[in-house]
Order: sequence, then structure tokens, then C-alpha cells
Amino acid sequence: MDFNVVISYIPTYVDAFLLTVKIGWIGIAFSLVIGILSAFIMHFKIPVLSQIVAVYIELFRNTPLLVQLFFIYFGLPKIGIVISAGTCGAVGLGLLGGSYMAEVFRSGLEGVSISQTESSLALGFSKTQMFIYVILPQAFSKSVPGIVANVIFLLKETSVFSAISLMDLMFRAKDLIGLYYNTTEALFLLVIFYVIMLLPVSFLGSVIEKKVVSING
Amino acid sequence: MGFEVLLKGSNMLRLLEGLSTALNISLISVAISLVLGIILGILMAMHNRVVLFFSKIYLEIVRIMPQMVLLFIVYFGSTKVIGINLSAETASIIVFSFWGAAEMSDLVRGALKSIPTIQYESSAALSLSSFMTYRYIIMPQVVRMLIPLSINLITRMIKTTSLVMMIGIVEVLKVGQQIIEANRTASPNAAFWVFLVIFLLYFAACWPISLLSRFLEKKWKV
Amino acid sequence: MSEILKVKNISKKYENTIIFENLNLSVQKGEVLVIVGPSGCGKSTFLRCLNALEDIQEGEIILDGEVINSDAHNLRKIREKIGMVFQSYELFPHMTVLQNVILAPVKVKKIDKKEVTKKALELLNKVGLLSKKDSYPRQLSGGQKQRVAIVRALMMEPEILLLDEITAALDPEMVKEVLDVVLSLAKEGRTMLIVTHEMQFARAVADRMIFIDEGKIVEEGNPKEFFDNPKSERLKRFLNNFNYVETN
Repeated sequence: MDFNVVISYIPTYVDAFLLTVKIGWIGIAFSLVIGILSAFIMHFKIPVLSQIVAVYIELFRNTPLLVQLFFIYFGLPKIGIVISAGTCGAVGLGLLGGSYMAEVFRSGLEGVSISQTESSLALGFSKTQMFIYVILPQAFSKSVPGIVANVIFLLKETSVFSAISLMDLMFRAKDLIGLYYNTTEALFLLVIFYVIMLLPVSFLGSVIEKKVVSING
Repeated sequence: MGFEVLLKGSNMLRLLEGLSTALNISLISVAISLVLGIILGILMAMHNRVVLFFSKIYLEIVRIMPQMVLLFIVYFGSTKVIGINLSAETASIIVFSFWGAAEMSDLVRGALKSIPTIQYESSAALSLSSFMTYRYIIMPQVVRMLIPLSINLITRMIKTTSLVMMIGIVEVLKVGQQIIEANRTASPNAAFWVFLVIFLLYFAACWPISLLSRFLEKKWKV
Repeated sequence: MSEILKVKNISKKYENTIIFENLNLSVQKGEVLVIVGPSGCGKSTFLRCLNALEDIQEGEIILDGEVINSDAHNLRKIREKIGMVFQSYELFPHMTVLQNVILAPVKVKKIDKKEVTKKALELLNKVGLLSKKDSYPRQLSGGQKQRVAIVRALMMEPEILLLDEITAALDPEMVKEVLDVVLSLAKEGRTMLIVTHEMQFARAVADRMIFIDEGKIVEEGNPKEFFDNPKSERLKRFLNNFNYVETN
């Protein structure tokens, strides 16, 4: 491995890294919003909407992100919906992640025992107060391990963005291998930057999980 | 419109063939993953320090490295570093088994750990030998826990195999692109329908398996 | 009466803590021994040592002339003679009631399945659970599960039966159905060592009472003396706790 080559590639990788991380986290933010909304809709069994959400969850949990992105990026423009590659990446990741997050939040909500509901009603809370002060915090802490797992999963999924010609880390690596045959250097940097992206999240995730487990008892 | 492209010639058949290429790779990988994962999971449950140390590193690599990256390393790196020219199919089976075995071993370890110690004790109190205890008491319970999870691993594997197009295997997405390309002038809107159909094909492959997994999980819940 | 179990000077210790020390005990055939004591006094651990689920650091346990310790080659043979019922039932969740109770005699003692099944049905009938023979444990109430667990232990025809707080996890209305079964076993002349918190039951079933506190046998005697005329301060205080609960 030629370290001069490695060093000369670092700036391009940093650009790609920042782009990947940016789109990744925007996608994760989307997925949290979509997931929470979907979980509420399912939890309160809102008519029509809850059926739509159920179909959405099944569709996106049972198809690969790559296929979803191809449909959104190459398919939808043919019926007049044109979006940029960056938006497509974030939206696709958000939709995929939303279907996973929804399941996590829903089982979190279901995991709060009925006696908690009853005891808070017995204390004179209104239903809204009960939901905000008693149910939600517990449901959230029960959801944390699932959220952490999904965040890591979604950050890893960013590696398919290059397929819709986003200039992400994979795209750079592919480029350098294809054009200059600097395979070793390209792969080395690829691994390094994914480690930088994911190792802290993985570590932090384990710490948070342990904290929450001790809270949940 | 564009939809007519799918009815033209053997296009639909070609898409299905592309899908079966991906499915083949995933089934082979699942089979290897199950075998290796079960062995590793049992080893991990034995609390050997050396095994635990290495399996922890292995699991962490799998936890944070995207399969796409691993695929690139094995496919492109193998030629460069060890001089072996792996076919794209072999490279993907290696990577997906590497990933699947890690997932499976974690499931096996978790299932073994979830059987309370007192189940072993009550078997001992009935003077069952440790072989009998595993054969009649522990394994049946572990297997019931694992079957739905392993089936679920199949759907995840199938979804993951969509990545193989990125190292040049002609699977369903690639076939889709070829069809769109070939009909660019005649049906400029084919992309919408082709990718929609591929989306639905994947769904048709994975959804029934997901349902089966969920059904068994509910049925065998203690 | 002949001696069936002898416990000589046994001690159970972890690194820094002593669970119990220098316990001595002799149990006669057909005797029902009830052990009581405050939580954490070591009485359950003592019971678990008797069939080597826990190892002991000092002393000897002799069953029917054979020494028990956790590395004894014939440990399984010895355990065939000791039945144990746990607080948490520990039925095997993937097997029906009938499968649960015939497993050990068929696999361990290699007795013909037909014969074992016939006996199992008799015993299940006796505890009032014949109709549940094809149910799975999850479909049973706690009291029913515990009665199955007792039958499962009896199926091995043990010479001695260890009952470890078998009603502690039960709803109050189910306690009686389980204790009635134990009472009828006592009448049949079964040898039993029982750890329990049910004082009225203890009084009714015991031939001899033992009070363990802080890892030592503080007092023992026949139930009448034990309950009506306790000698040691500690036992008086212990029994008073129950009176307090009962009179309020």
C-alpha cells in the first residue's frame, strides 16, 4: 500500500464522507418522524390511515433499499415526480427506516402495561396527560435498543447511495478502483471512513442501551 | 405508457430469471450461515475467553461494516492482495455467509442464554443426563425459538442480495436496466413500470416468508 | 424406623459469605420434616445441597448408605432416589402434561412407555388433573402446574421428596389444592423435606419442625412443642411475625 496515494485521496474521501453522513442522518431524522407518526396511527387505530400505514410498513420492510431507490430515482420521474439524488437518498432512507422505526415504537407502546394506564387514570390524570407523562416516556425508553439498532442499520444502508450516482464513499472507492487501479488504498480508506462513521455510534449505542436497561429494570 | 415493455418478448421471464439468480445466492448463503452460526453460537455460549474475545471482534466488524463494503473488499481486494480471482458469485456468497453466520450465532447464543438455569436444574433433579437434558429439554426449546428467527434471516438475506448488482452480477435490477436501455426510444417511460414490478417481485418473495416467521413466532410463544 | 438420610457437619460457603455452617440432621424413613426460617437463612440452599444442585465445602450427606457429592460418579443414580419440586414449577414448556411426567421414567429408568403412561394417568387422576393430560403448561394455572410438578417428581418413585417453597409463587386460593396433595402424600408415609412459609400447613403435616436462622439450626422439635412452646427467643420472634399478620 502506498501511503502517499492514501494521503492524496483523503480530501476526496472527506467530501464523500460528509455527504454520506449528512444524507444518512437526514434520512434517520425522517425515519424517526415517519416512525413515530406511523406508530401513533397504528396505536390509536385511526381508521383508513392505520390501514395505509400497515400496507406501507409491510411494503418497505419487505423490499431492499436499493430497489426502493431505483424506483424513486429512475421510476418516479417518468410520471412527473423528479427529485435530486440527494433528496432521493434521504427520502428513501427515511421511508425504509420509518417502517422499521414504526415497529419499534409500536411495540414500545404496547410494552407499557395496562396497570400503568389504570393507575394513572386512578390518580386523576386526563387521557392526554397520562399519554404524555406516563405512557410516552416509558414507551420511549423501551424503544431505545431498537432505535439504536435501526440507526446503525440505516447508516450502513447509506452504502448503496452510489447506485443513484450520489458521490458517496462507495462511489469514490469504485471510481478509484475503476480508473486508477489503486484498489488497496481505495478499500483501506473506505473501511477507515466507515469505521469513523459507525464505531462511535455503535459504542455510544451500547452505553445508552445499558443505561436504559437499568432504568427499565 | 411503458408498461407494454414488460409484455414484450421474454422480458418478464428474464426479470424472473434475474430474481432467481439473487434468490439462489441468498439460499446458499443462508444454508452456510445456519451451519456456521449454530456452531459458533454454541461455542460462544460455552464462555471460553479466547472464543468470546474473537467472536466479539467478529460480531463488531459485522455490526458496523456495511455488506456493500465487505463485498468490495472481498471482490476487488482478493485479486489484488492474494492474487485469487474470485467470481462475483463466490465473493457474494462469502460475504453474505460471513454476515449471516454472525447474525445467526448471536441468535443461537441469545436463545441458549434465555433458557433459565433452573430448567437445567429441574432436569438434573429428575436425574436426566446432560445429553438427555440437551436432547429432550434444551434443544427443543431453543429450536422453537430459532426457527422463526432463521426464517426471518432468509428475508433479510434476500433483500441483501440486491447488492450483488453493484459488483456486476446480472440479477433482477441489472436485467431491468438492460430492458429499459433496449427500449429507450420505443418506450421512454419503461423505467417506472420495470422498477415498480421489480419492487413488487421482491415484496412477493419476502412477504410470505415474513408472515410465516411471525406466525410461527406467535404459535410457539411460551 | 430406619434412617434414610444423614447430614453430617455440612457447610456451604461462598468466597466471603457463609450460607450455613456445621449443619447436622438425621431423617427417618416415612418422616415429614418441615424447615422454616426467615428469608435468606439458607434453608432453600440447604435443600438444594441435598441433591447436589449446590456443592458443599465441608461435611457429608449420606443417602441410604451412599455419600452424595456433586462429582460422585453415581450422582444420577442417587438423584433417582430424590425427587424435587421447585417454587417456580419448572415444567418443560414445550411438552404436554403427560409428556412432562413420563419423560424421566421412560428415558432415565427405561421403563416401558405403556406402563409408565398407565401410572402417570393414575397419579394425574389422583391430583385431579386427568383431564389436563394433553394440555401444555402455559394453559394451566399455577396450582395446576405445581400439582403436575409433584406428579412428575413422584413418577420416579423417589425415596425422599424435597419441596422447596412450592406454594410461594401461588395465588392464595390455589395454595390449598397443592397442600392437600402434599398432606395426602404424608398420610401415605412418604419421606419428605419441606421448606415453607405456610405455618398452619407446617403444623398439620410435620412430624418434626426445624428452625434455621443465620445458617444454623436454632431449634427443632415436634410441632406441638415447636409452635406452642418455643424455647429460643429467635423462634419466638419469628413465630410472632406470623401471629401479628394473622391477628391483624
